[in-house]
Amino acid sequence: MDIPFTSKPRPDTGLYNAKVGIWLFLASEVMLFGALFSSYVMLRIGADPGRWVEGVLDIPMGTVNTVVLIFSSLAVLQAWASLKMQNIGRFKLWMGLTILCAGGFMVIKSFEYTSKFKHYEVWFKDASRPSVTGHIEGDPWFWSTETLDEQGIEVLKFHPDSAHEEADHQGEQGHADSGEVLYAASEEHVDDGSHGEEDHGHTLDIPRDEILRLSAFVPAHSTYFAIYFTMTGLHALHVVGGALVLAYFLLPGIGMWKTDPTRFTNRVEVGGLFWHFVDLVWIFLFPILYLL
Amino acid sequence: MGDHHNPLEEIKRFRNVFIALIVGTILTVGVAYIHFQSIAVTIGIGLAIATVKASLVAGYFMHLLSEKALIYWVMGFTFFFFASMMGLIIWGMQDIPHIEAATW
Repeated sequence: MDIPFTSKPRPDTGLYNAKVGIWLFLASEVMLFGALFSSYVMLRIGADPGRWVEGVLDIPMGTVNTVVLIFSSLAVLQAWASLKMQNIGRFKLWMGLTILCAGGFMVIKSFEYTSKFKHYEVWFKDASRPSVTGHIEGDPWFWSTETLDEQGIEVLKFHPDSAHEEADHQGEQGHADSGEVLYAASEEHVDDGSHGEEDHGHTLDIPRDEILRLSAFVPAHSTYFAIYFTMTGLHALHVVGGALVLAYFLLPGIGMWKTDPTRFTNRVEVGGLFWHFVDLVWIFLFPILYLL
Repeated sequence: MGDHHNPLEEIKRFRNVFIALIVGTILTVGVAYIHFQSIAVTIGIGLAIATVKASLVAGYFMHLLSEKALIYWVMGFTFFFFASMMGLIIWGMQDIPHIEAATW
């Protein structure tokens, strides 16, 4: 038996089934991401002064990814409009571009993630000494305080982020309240510090017994990175899921264009609606995580 | 939703919205580099631009400006519950006593 209203709209609502379905699903998605956004607001407002990590994300990469997602939203609309104009060739082109954009977004995102996995912060037992951010010699991933003991490291060879670069980060913040610049202010102190490393050599030998805590920029680093990875990770899963569905329309699912073109066009529209939602979430994620 | 519209005209509109979204993105990044007196102003402007961009995506790309009544009901309820969740949380935050930062 045929399922009614897969291609023709239902007379009373004026909607075909999948249209109602996708909007109900998007409603639940709004609440899912809404819960995370409200968690973010709580963590951000509730953070002690100076405890909120700022200015450590790569703004150019985030901006490029924003443009990539917005363009892919336009591309999926072009693909749908091509079907409306009975042009399957143009549909393939635009749908292919959409999926390429999704791939590009994920590649850029993975570069961002991996650069965080080998970017570290060291806190000192001497509470008056500000923490320092930078890279460990050899660029290992995922080290923590425990790693130092497991590997029996007595002196940590550390390349601090340059003071110049940090000063730029501070500028980027646009609101350098004294309490807010923990992450920007640390370098100068260390460069002039007691280790005779006198600056620009950019290697700092930090004895193990001076280190209170070592952490990469991973979720365990701070509430900021915990919510950053949770929200961008969930968003990235949506990008992958959406791309898989759109790829299905482009490859195995395209046969329906011959058997039931209206239904196929509806499918593409509904897939596009999900895709725009993924774009919409990123439009909020980008400023709150990268810029504010 | 656009069924009675000419697809070519729709594409033109989509392109204009796309350009507006790109301009919005440039503005968002630009504003973040400007030094405002308070964080609240910076966050307010950033979120205002994001809201405008999100409205453009929902209104034009997702055709919400010309949808059927049932969809408006569904999303109206959703917006109500979303706004309530946000509003109650922000309201509740006002009540938390400020405790001095622990030093560790």
